[in-house]
Amino acid sequence: MSLLEVKDLQVRVEEREILHGLSLTVNPGEVHAIMGPNGSGKSTLSHVIAGKPGYEVTGGQILFKGEDLLEMAPNERAAKGVFLAFQYPVEIPGVTTWNFLHAALNAQRKARGEDEISSPAFLKKVREVAKSLNIPQDMLKRGVNVGFSGGEKKRNEILQMALFEPAVCILDEMDSGLDIDALRIAADGVNALRSPERAMVVITHYQRLLNYILPDFVHVMSKGRVVKSGGKELALELEESGYAQFEDAA
Amino acid sequence: MNVVAKTETGRALGDAFAVARDRLPGKGKIADQRRQAFEAYERSGLPHRRIEDWKYTDLRALMREVLPLAPAPDAAALGRAAAAIKLRAIDGVRRLVLVDGAFAPDLSDLGNLDKGLSIRPLREVLDAGEDALSAQAFASDTSNPMIALNGAMATDGVVIDVANGTVLAQPLHIVHVASGATPAAMFTRSLLRLGRDTGVTLVESYLAGEGAKAYQTHDGLIVAIGDNARLDHVRLVEDSVDAFNISSATVTLGAHAQFNTFGLTSGGHVSRYQLTVTCAGEGSNVETNGVNLINGKQHADTTLFMDHAVPHCASREIFRAVVDDRAHSVFQGRIIVRPDAQKTDAKMMTRALLLSDDAEADNKPELEIFADDVTCGHGATTGALDESLLFYMRARGLPEKEAQALLIQAFVGEAIETIASDALREVAIATAQRWLQARA
Repeated sequence: MSLLEVKDLQVRVEEREILHGLSLTVNPGEVHAIMGPNGSGKSTLSHVIAGKPGYEVTGGQILFKGEDLLEMAPNERAAKGVFLAFQYPVEIPGVTTWNFLHAALNAQRKARGEDEISSPAFLKKVREVAKSLNIPQDMLKRGVNVGFSGGEKKRNEILQMALFEPAVCILDEMDSGLDIDALRIAADGVNALRSPERAMVVITHYQRLLNYILPDFVHVMSKGRVVKSGGKELALELEESGYAQFEDAA
Repeated sequence: MNVVAKTETGRALGDAFAVARDRLPGKGKIADQRRQAFEAYERSGLPHRRIEDWKYTDLRALMREVLPLAPAPDAAALGRAAAAIKLRAIDGVRRLVLVDGAFAPDLSDLGNLDKGLSIRPLREVLDAGEDALSAQAFASDTSNPMIALNGAMATDGVVIDVANGTVLAQPLHIVHVASGATPAAMFTRSLLRLGRDTGVTLVESYLAGEGAKAYQTHDGLIVAIGDNARLDHVRLVEDSVDAFNISSATVTLGAHAQFNTFGLTSGGHVSRYQLTVTCAGEGSNVETNGVNLINGKQHADTTLFMDHAVPHCASREIFRAVVDDRAHSVFQGRIIVRPDAQKTDAKMMTRALLLSDDAEADNKPELEIFADDVTCGHGATTGALDESLLFYMRARGLPEKEAQALLIQAFVGEAIETIASDALREVAIATAQRWLQARA
């Protein structure tokens, strides 16, 4: 069974249709890159998969391990193993990263009928992951993302990805706002999480990111549809010729 | 002559005073003061929305009946009170208990008083005819009708004296409990006098015994903080959701004195807390902070009057309201800087969080500045929880109510953090968490 199946998805935002019948199949272990110009609907797709309010699905479906994802609340999707790394992670003043991560992990475990993780065990786990991502301990004591640089925010997203061990990770414009060094650290973090069971969907505007996270498949989106799919060489082709050739195809 | 049309409630109160006056403790001068206070109250009657200070808390509309004075608690009442106190016990404090408006010595810790600390029931002071002390306990602003009414009717309370140079390690905890015997009104008044160079922590809490529902608490606290003295004050209102709590505190600070007060209201059907703080000595410092956590049809009003009468004083107010369902939160904060009070530094920030479309929060900050060399400011905001934060948290697995709870805790945290004592800060956090758990 496929991990994630998006079938003929149609989505509206305030009366305007953004996705006009998008399909995508993701199997365990695969890394898919979704590329496309601004306004092609890439972020809308990631938001709808994660369950962000404000989008109206007017047609099609999204199945996760065969279950109807659209019927689930965002927190249920997270507990099932869907993870969205945000393009712009929010700042949450007054809620420490520690507390937030601990509460979120336990909420997910509770939803899956697993025992809650104790504070010492949690501490150990977070420390290990933080260390591997070069995240200093004192960052974890601060409010979630408060005063973090762009790179730190993205690393915090990957920290959460590592902690929650999701089945499918959607990375929404992970490279935006990152310099080359920050990008490399973030990409290394993502690559470390690649596994035969886990799938990644990397949404990006630029080919640059795909030098660091090598995809198995590349899909080009334009005007709310996937207009071309291929192997990683498609990304290079795009780098050469740009998106203009696909505007007409849509 | 100012003729005021009276409501049924207003008349009933007049009758209550007429019936009770001969049984109220204190003769001679005190009886005169009571009569004057009652006359002052009668001139306006129950305050209503056309009186500016009561615009948002119209007692004529909200307080439909005045309940009879509570009888002295019997053994069963004391038993229910003891059970209620046990549920909300705070470790390490010296507990002073008022049950149905009467001091309960058997539930109070009066043994091993620290040197320099004196604690007496108000009734005892009144019965002993100690005019000077009684007069101070009853000295109050008779221009405020509800404070005047409290002065007219008060039957008991606690009179606490802390001698010069005494620093109490153990917090004092005045617990007001409604035993639930019968729906009744209680009128209490307490006096706290801190001498020079003293340090005291006072906790006040308002609780309901099992079965206590529609009772009315009228409390008054008069505090004098001496030069170089410090009072830390935490006030927790956890009355029954059918109860009224109309309370006031009148606090005067000497030179280089400090007053740090925090109030949390999560209980009560209608509550109004009128806090008047006067900086009467130079170099004094005041922090008045508070949180309302209310839902259902609760109405909670905190009205602060901060009076900078002398130069070189500072005051800070941080107030947070979290309002759910059809509840109504009111914060009125008036800062007055008198002509002589140069170099005053006064700031007030109030923020309200509305959790439902029917919730209401009224914030009224007012500054009246008559001195020219001062730093004063205020701000007020009202809003809902940030949807983008909620989505982020839910996308990480937190159910909506849990995500809301974390954001609400963060929102009130800034005010709760101002509590100096670690133990009491934990008590306030636990009280807030109880409220959050109850709505989950």
